[in-house]
Amino acid sequence: MRHKSKKIAFLGLCAGVALVLAYVEALLPPLYAAVPGIKLGLPNIAIIFILYRFGLREATVVSFVRIVAVTLLFGNPMTFAYSVAGAFLSLLVMTILRKLDFLSIVGVSVAGAVFHNVGQILTAMVLLGTAELGYYLIVLAITGTISGLLVGLCGAMAVKRVFIKNI
Amino acid sequence: MNQNNTTMPTAKSGGRRFRNDVIFIAALLAIVALAGLFVFLFRQPGDTVVVTIDGEHYATYSLNENMTVPIHTGQDGEQINVLIIRDGQAHVQEASCPDGICAAHKPIHREGESIVCLPHRVVITVHSTSEQDAPDIVT
Repeated sequence: MRHKSKKIAFLGLCAGVALVLAYVEALLPPLYAAVPGIKLGLPNIAIIFILYRFGLREATVVSFVRIVAVTLLFGNPMTFAYSVAGAFLSLLVMTILRKLDFLSIVGVSVAGAVFHNVGQILTAMVLLGTAELGYYLIVLAITGTISGLLVGLCGAMAVKRVFIKNI
Repeated sequence: MNQNNTTMPTAKSGGRRFRNDVIFIAALLAIVALAGLFVFLFRQPGDTVVVTIDGEHYATYSLNENMTVPIHTGQDGEQINVLIIRDGQAHVQEASCPDGICAAHKPIHREGESIVCLPHRVVITVHSTSEQDAPDIVT
């Protein structure tokens, strides 16, 4: 408990990093505009780092702060619903896989990215009442695997190298 | 800092995890490839286009007639997506939505394909009215 404030400050810093990564990603041109939802998911580098260094509780809080901030800055209420659903399903799956402990960070990140897309498609299916959207998952699962791979490699490097004393 | 044990696996367990990663990703891609193959093999060309707004049915058009349909949404109909049906394919010519993803979408004609405009909550989906006589698959 002695270092609680230090931990809060550090988590705030991580939320800031996630926000900047979201901004950097918003600056990039869309990778393939024909299918919505294809993204690198750079902010997840910070989220994965927190998930491994702290745990689900901290990762959830930072993820939520990040989504609220990103929505206020660049998004609209609709994107908020998609982001929340994707982020929480992704966090849930990553936590379970991390506890099962048979994959490295990269594998966990890939699963997280794919389930991020699953959560968003499910939300879109509910909100728009169209079951046919499930077809998008085939494309999104492939792109999610690639982006999850890249994010996982970056996240693994961060977990391996970034150490802060007494947190 | 007892978390070092979990975040820094030994070389042996790291190798095992790496192998599991490869198997996991390969399995994931195999499932996706199978699903894609299944869709590719069994999806038939559709003959109608169904437009829904906010989950509510809005209109149904035939893919066999060339036409241009402006779809107005929003409180005063100030939002617009222009649906074009030409040569048995449907696409969105232009739209007033901020991202323009629907207008960038390739033309659709196979059953189940759809163009979605999330900002306007417009979904354009290809349907088939002759779903009953789906082809028998002989193995």
